[in-house]
Amino acid sequence: MIEIKHLKKSFGEKHVLKDVNLTLGKGQTTCILGGSGSGKSTLIKCLIGLLQATSGQILVDGRDITKITSEMKLAALRRRFGYLFQEGALFDSMTVGENVTFGLKYLTDVPEKDYPKIIKEKLALVGLKEDVAQLNPSELSGGMKKRVSLARVLAVGPEVILYDEPTTGLDPIMSDIISDLIIDLKNKLGVTSVVITHDMHSAFKIADKIAFLYEGNILLQGTPEEFRKTDNPYVKQFVSGSSKGPIQMKLMKE
Amino acid sequence: MFTLIGKYVLRVFNDIGGCTAMLRSCLFWLGRSKFEWHQTADQCVIIGVESLGVTALTSLFTGMVLALQAGNTIGNIFGDPIFVGTIVTFSLIRELGPVLTSVVVSGRAGAAVTAQIGTMAVTEQIDALYTLGTNPIRYLVIPRMCAFMFTLPILTLFSNLFGIIGGYLVAVYALGVPGEVYLTDITSYMGVKDFMHGFIKTFAFALMIGTVCCYKGISTHGGAEGVGKSTTGAVVTTIVLILVLDYFLTAILTAFGI
Repeated sequence: MIEIKHLKKSFGEKHVLKDVNLTLGKGQTTCILGGSGSGKSTLIKCLIGLLQATSGQILVDGRDITKITSEMKLAALRRRFGYLFQEGALFDSMTVGENVTFGLKYLTDVPEKDYPKIIKEKLALVGLKEDVAQLNPSELSGGMKKRVSLARVLAVGPEVILYDEPTTGLDPIMSDIISDLIIDLKNKLGVTSVVITHDMHSAFKIADKIAFLYEGNILLQGTPEEFRKTDNPYVKQFVSGSSKGPIQMKLMKE
Repeated sequence: MFTLIGKYVLRVFNDIGGCTAMLRSCLFWLGRSKFEWHQTADQCVIIGVESLGVTALTSLFTGMVLALQAGNTIGNIFGDPIFVGTIVTFSLIRELGPVLTSVVVSGRAGAAVTAQIGTMAVTEQIDALYTLGTNPIRYLVIPRMCAFMFTLPILTLFSNLFGIIGGYLVAVYALGVPGEVYLTDITSYMGVKDFMHGFIKTFAFALMIGTVCCYKGISTHGGAEGVGKSTTGAVVTTIVLILVLDYFLTAILTAFGI
């Protein structure tokens, strides 16, 4: 279980996360909603140690990971996490196959002779054929890039997968395929998933729990059903996707 | 005006601090991780082997123009183009060989290193390295630094050789200096110290080019425009620093009798 307590993150004078309190249940999918620039990416980058929190705690199985400063200990922590980047972040100097097995070399003791089998298995898990392994990332479509990136994450067997806007930039059908994939992985592998998104359709489909991040604070957290029925005007406006409401008024004032 | 100067000074100190921290991190990972032989060999080919053609061409014509200028000037003063071999070789081995090779490598390979690492930084590939258990200093910076340190001195040797050949061609075929005289001029007045003077400089230039280009790449932000700015910044900074370092290294090496 992951508990986030009074998490703050500032970049100079800019306070991106002000007081975030959130619990991420083991084996559950938690969606973090929020508009562009609300601090969603900052939050999950703090979770994996890519950014150092200004203050507060992130407890992973009771251990506060914000206190880890040693690069070696951080690497050990990252073994338990997988991160799906928004644009895939595939290494463009390598083939798809080399991308998928990259983490195995540094995070596991798996012998190199097993790599072809793992490539085939992980690509199949994300719905891709083995032939794709020979292609370069530049030859892939947006949806394929995300799936290969997910195969790369799965290859090292993480307990927690952090998804950074997994459906952004994809057509509605491909978005739905990615959403199904997230549900499948949770059911098959029992991984804990944290998905940051502003795609409401996907969030309602995949989430066990949703949290709404606004101006550096969690305004509401609960089940998808609670989100549908909420009276909170900010959440209501975001869920309905309306241009009129308190969020718009706030933007106008700024 | 003062604000602008202040900001510029702060940025320079920030960059110096960043480069120092990166070098410290290189030393930390050198002793604690498996060396990336494959990456280093690849970079030696990109930085060294692929720069050989342009380095050879630059040096060949530098040697030729040196011989032409020296031969004509000395011919006008003394009537005969004497000591052309000495002047060409002395200028190349002590100064022009290391400096020109470093400028060429910085413009060709240094820019490529900054652009590649910079692109990786803005497309989150550097963050991906962290999440896959690899430190980018260990995986990207150390192999490139080692490749610069290994290939630049060797490229300089080739550069000197091609410069001397260029000088020979002009001296013998355009100025009418006998080939044997040109070669005797080289061996009679040049020593190991002259060679070492230029050779030692190449290691300092390689360390500086590797550090600046990798740091500029890693600290890139702001998308495609950021990559462009970092690459231009890396090339301008390294070329200026090569000339500045050259003066101080010459002063220090001369003070030590080298």
